[in-house]
Amino acid sequence: MATTTARQTPTRPPAGPAASQRRGRPARHKSDGAAGYIFLSPWLLGLLTITAVPMLMSLYLSFTNYDVLSDWESMEWVGLDNYRTMFTEDPSFWHAVRVTLVFALVATPLKLAAALGVALLLNRSFRGAGIFRGLFYLPSLLGGSVALAIVWVNMFNRDGAFNSFLGWFGIEGKAWVNDPDFALGTLILLAVWQFGAPMVIFLAGLKQVPLELYEAASVDGAGTVRKFFAVTLPILSPVIFFNLVLETINGFQGFTSAFVLSNGTGGPVDSTLMYTLHLYIKGWNEYQMGYASAMAWVFLLSIGLVTAVIFRTGKFWVHYSDGED
Amino acid sequence: MTLQRLGRPAVLVLLSVIVLYPLVWMLGSSFKAPDEVLNNMSVFPQTFTPGNYTDGWGHFDVAFGRFFFNSAMVAGLTVVANCISCLLAAYAFARLKFRLRGFWFAIMIGTLLLPGHVLIVPQFVMFKTFGWVGGDWPYAPLIVPQLLATEAFFVFLMVQFMRGVPRELDDAAKIDGCTAYGVFRHVILPLSRPALVSTAIFSFIWTWNDFFRQLVYLSDLEKYTAPVALTLFIDSSGQSAVGPMFAMSVLSLLPVFLFFVAFQRMLVEGINTTGLKG
Repeated sequence: MATTTARQTPTRPPAGPAASQRRGRPARHKSDGAAGYIFLSPWLLGLLTITAVPMLMSLYLSFTNYDVLSDWESMEWVGLDNYRTMFTEDPSFWHAVRVTLVFALVATPLKLAAALGVALLLNRSFRGAGIFRGLFYLPSLLGGSVALAIVWVNMFNRDGAFNSFLGWFGIEGKAWVNDPDFALGTLILLAVWQFGAPMVIFLAGLKQVPLELYEAASVDGAGTVRKFFAVTLPILSPVIFFNLVLETINGFQGFTSAFVLSNGTGGPVDSTLMYTLHLYIKGWNEYQMGYASAMAWVFLLSIGLVTAVIFRTGKFWVHYSDGED
Repeated sequence: MTLQRLGRPAVLVLLSVIVLYPLVWMLGSSFKAPDEVLNNMSVFPQTFTPGNYTDGWGHFDVAFGRFFFNSAMVAGLTVVANCISCLLAAYAFARLKFRLRGFWFAIMIGTLLLPGHVLIVPQFVMFKTFGWVGGDWPYAPLIVPQLLATEAFFVFLMVQFMRGVPRELDDAAKIDGCTAYGVFRHVILPLSRPALVSTAIFSFIWTWNDFFRQLVYLSDLEKYTAPVALTLFIDSSGQSAVGPMFAMSVLSLLPVFLFFVAFQRMLVEGINTTGLKG
């Protein structure tokens, strides 16, 4: 079963007997009203119980000092205290914000650049192109796994492979993961190394670039570099935009590698204290569920804000080929 | 010209060496003797010792096999739950007409962008109130949400897929007397197999790799899944445990790697058509 279905692209419609006919369809006599809601009911129930109610609950909790260990009676309404503490009295909070911003702002562009660069290299049909594409995709598939983070941390340890490599050039290495100046850098490298997923999306985008445009550009005397900036980039801009939004949101949520590197503490000296890790420590190490809820809401609003900003700037550099820039 | 022709393969080969090195190094190191594990950047062990695997397997009070079993159970149940619940929801969105469909669909797309970390605090409090956390079977918080089609990515993937199935098939089935359920059972379900296979594979891999939720919900050593158990090696932190830790890391990547080998083409194409992330 597996091998036969694997050849089929998930979104390609199977060629049914009626596929070639025109799309004229008989008028519907009635809506599928009841059936629609019956089929939708698991999702609706999930939306209500797993998403909507918890969101409201989290908003409420964020104004309390609930610690999850004691019963509900012990919960106290503290108003805006959690938010006030977060913004004015918890230096770790601002530190976590800074670490997360640095991580997302450095790792995302580098990752996208690597993804685009490799996609351009692979965007020719040659023997073995599929194999390379698969190989480069593998690290992203293994993704945020603990095992991968463990390997990475060990590679950048004092005795790790990276230092042996530097040794070839006579450079004295150090325990990069224990150095507050470099620990986050190793995590950024790990994220960049996983450029496979956006690369595959770029490859799909590059296939859409009409060859006539390159020919026209050649006739006009454009070189490789000029063609890249004048043809490839504008046509690819919607795909770049898509990857940028997705990877930025991903970047903000980094957790596993920071947890593994610092054994759940965010160290050395808070240098890998990602926002989500700080939230985890507050909630599950210090049992401050109210505070953690407040952090979650600030996180949600920040991600919403960042996404909105990206969408705003997108107006200036994303070009859609239907002419509606 | 010749330089350009040589340049691309050379760059690609160099890149694949860099990209693959950490993985191969991990595999090689898992067979190295304790004093050699970290000091040797070569991927080949000087002396080949499988001891790390036996040491790692029995390193804790609970055999590592137990953690793999727990992981496999959570991942297996998640696959089944996701496939069923997301298929039902997708059929409603893609094929049925009902009031407010557009509104619900917009909400579903909205939940796609909702980070899991935002909901985990109240969900944890809720599940703890239900007595689902720390009990005999603490996996309910990991499975029940999947039964309710909360993995919007898969709902979206299946909606996109079903939109490609010709409407005429539904209409023909309806003329032959099928109800909405009949169309689902006899037309959509059999034709959705490729989408179901994608969902199953990605569900399995993501759940297998997931760490945050399993860390939050599992507190009893015997109930740990493989990723959570792996972090125990870091707690014990003695250099002597690095070899066993590598060995168990290799084993924990193995299922995902096997899926990758078996479904490579499909995984890669699956993400470029839907934007699924690895």
